[in-house]
Amino acid sequence: MIKKLILSLFVIAFFTVSSFSQNRTLPSVKVKNLKGSLVNIQTIENDGNPIVISFWATWCKPCKKELNTIAEVYEDWQEETGVKLVAISIDDSRSASKVKPYVNSSGWEYEIYLDPNRDLSRSLGVSTVPHTFLLDGKGNIVWEHRGYIEGDEEELLEQIEQISK
Amino acid sequence: MKKILLLSFIFISPYLLLSQNNLGQINGNFETNLQSYTDDPSIDAIAADEVILNNAYLNILYTKGKFTGGLRYESYLNALQDYDARYQGNGIPYRFARYTSDGLDVTVGNYYEQFGNGLILRTYEDKGLGIDNSLDGVRLKYIPINGLYVTGLIGKSRTYFEYSEGIIRGADAEFNINEALKLEGETSYILGGSFVSRFQKDNNPAFNLPENVASMSARLNIMHGGFNYYGEYAYKINDPVGSFSFDENNYSTGKAIVNNLTYSQKGLGITIESHFVDHMEFRSERAKQKEFIINYIPTLSKNHAYTLLALYPCATQPEGEFGFNTNIFYKIPKNTLFGGKYGTKLNLNFARTNSIEGGNSYLNDSSSHTSNPFKSISIKDETLYFSDFNLEINKKINKKVNLNLVLAKQKYNKDALEGKTIGEYGIVSSTIAVADVSYKIKKGHTIRLELQELLSKDDATATNHADGDWHMVLAEYTISPNWFFAIQDMYNYGNYDEEKQLHYVNTSIGFMKGANRFEIGYGKKRAGIFCVGGVCKEVPSSNGFSLNISSNF
Repeated sequence: MIKKLILSLFVIAFFTVSSFSQNRTLPSVKVKNLKGSLVNIQTIENDGNPIVISFWATWCKPCKKELNTIAEVYEDWQEETGVKLVAISIDDSRSASKVKPYVNSSGWEYEIYLDPNRDLSRSLGVSTVPHTFLLDGKGNIVWEHRGYIEGDEEELLEQIEQISK
Repeated sequence: MKKILLLSFIFISPYLLLSQNNLGQINGNFETNLQSYTDDPSIDAIAADEVILNNAYLNILYTKGKFTGGLRYESYLNALQDYDARYQGNGIPYRFARYTSDGLDVTVGNYYEQFGNGLILRTYEDKGLGIDNSLDGVRLKYIPINGLYVTGLIGKSRTYFEYSEGIIRGADAEFNINEALKLEGETSYILGGSFVSRFQKDNNPAFNLPENVASMSARLNIMHGGFNYYGEYAYKINDPVGSFSFDENNYSTGKAIVNNLTYSQKGLGITIESHFVDHMEFRSERAKQKEFIINYIPTLSKNHAYTLLALYPCATQPEGEFGFNTNIFYKIPKNTLFGGKYGTKLNLNFARTNSIEGGNSYLNDSSSHTSNPFKSISIKDETLYFSDFNLEINKKINKKVNLNLVLAKQKYNKDALEGKTIGEYGIVSSTIAVADVSYKIKKGHTIRLELQELLSKDDATATNHADGDWHMVLAEYTISPNWFFAIQDMYNYGNYDEEKQLHYVNTSIGFMKGANRFEIGYGKKRAGIFCVGGVCKEVPSSNGFSLNISSNF
């Protein structure tokens, strides 16, 4: 009797946990676009294609290295996989005004948002930058990665290719 | 009894299975930083009685539809040496519940908030600095009409594992004219205003202290094509500490003015930022200590990523400072003489901060002294705090080699910025060069070498010497996507005191996989000033092992 009870508890616990861990999606949190308007991050979309969300800052060297490296091959990536990259700066008021000049001078074609109060990064558990998330066409977070070392962009591309088929 | 239980579970489980998509989601992150401390008399490092110290954090967030709840468990057993000892023991100092209903966003518990640039209110957390001044109370956000964003809050500010005495009340409104009037033009306008007040009972029988201390600010943001202007003015009423010490107990008011102008187009970005600050530290309690600060005045200097460029870091002097910071970002186009195959990126930066004309209000009698922001611009008798003139060149040479060069000239008023006696160190001048080369050996394998040199000149009128000249070498080998190995040596070869001409060697190995990261380090750290975003803390020297593990789920 007790065994059955324990077993059923386990079954319930298993399904509860598995349902919790499935389908992790973006939280309903507002970020600022470069025009100063608030945008709910859940509204970003890419016609059912994958989305890369990369947290970065103007003072973060590996972040800039990652995004500059991807910028060189971004057109190829878009053609091959239909992916869109959304770069979210966590610069605070000390450096937030440099985001747009830096982005423009670097010629990035990404969608840029600001998260100066870190509402979004805190909701996603981002404690250090760079931190990259990959969303499938339905908006589920399927992969994430902390930090950037040279060559990591190739692993990211492999992950994108896997879900864009 | 057991049968009933079992039956009820059997009835409940299919319900749970069916509704599994409605159970919401749980996510979070975990981090632990372990450090051992051994004695090292050569660098004045002191062993910890506990031998090993540890800081750990776990964040858990639960989301279901419009509801979010979260908490952070913090463990300091005991706190790392560069942390304040008042972080001690375990606890859940951060927990909140939040929901949105028809545009009304309600948070109860702990929250982080910033009004405008943060001149009168900014609560935030920074693990590196050991800062967490979150407010605990109630916050409401509402959008009554399109383009109008209103925030109201009340709470007490966290200090370590406690809350400070003052009650903070605040309101902010931001009006986006283009959103409200559905204007599509090239020019857009955003207006904002905020008000923050602190209540604390006058508990001093000798003085008549204000119990409600108010501060307010107004801001304006205009965007036109590639131009962006941001201006903010803040004012704070008198806030004496209530002690018998003359320089603490004065009744002067505070003010701050921020002016930022930027321009950008493809390949070019220009920023010009300036501020004037006078007696503008705003605290959650009638006290002087910095752990009570609940506002933020952005520092006007480049946030350097290389060690020797940040050896003498700038920090805002909220009691009185005028400063500016300008940047030019330019990308020399591809296929030109200097651009080469990939283009060359340049960043020219010049920043300078100095004292304000006639001294700050804090040290003058408020009734007769009015600081003048316009006079401070014409630098005549003002004291220099910090200046930094630097050029950064980033160039991809070919598919394998990447080069980053920085040249900088810095002046650092050690007395003013570190609170020393005037004339002790004076102004330290330094010339710094950095070369950072990375070479891709084969797919995924990269070696990177950093060479840094700092040549410094002491103030001839000062009584003490600063640290003198430094070399630094860093070698890093990375294997994407999982491994990194690094070794670095900082060598203070030019120290005036021969016994202090020391090597500070550090090694580290890291393993990363997906959302997990492990790092083991060993080495000596020098005592110094560690800053993030212009907010600084003093770090003691140390010698020992470290282990950092962080993970997301």
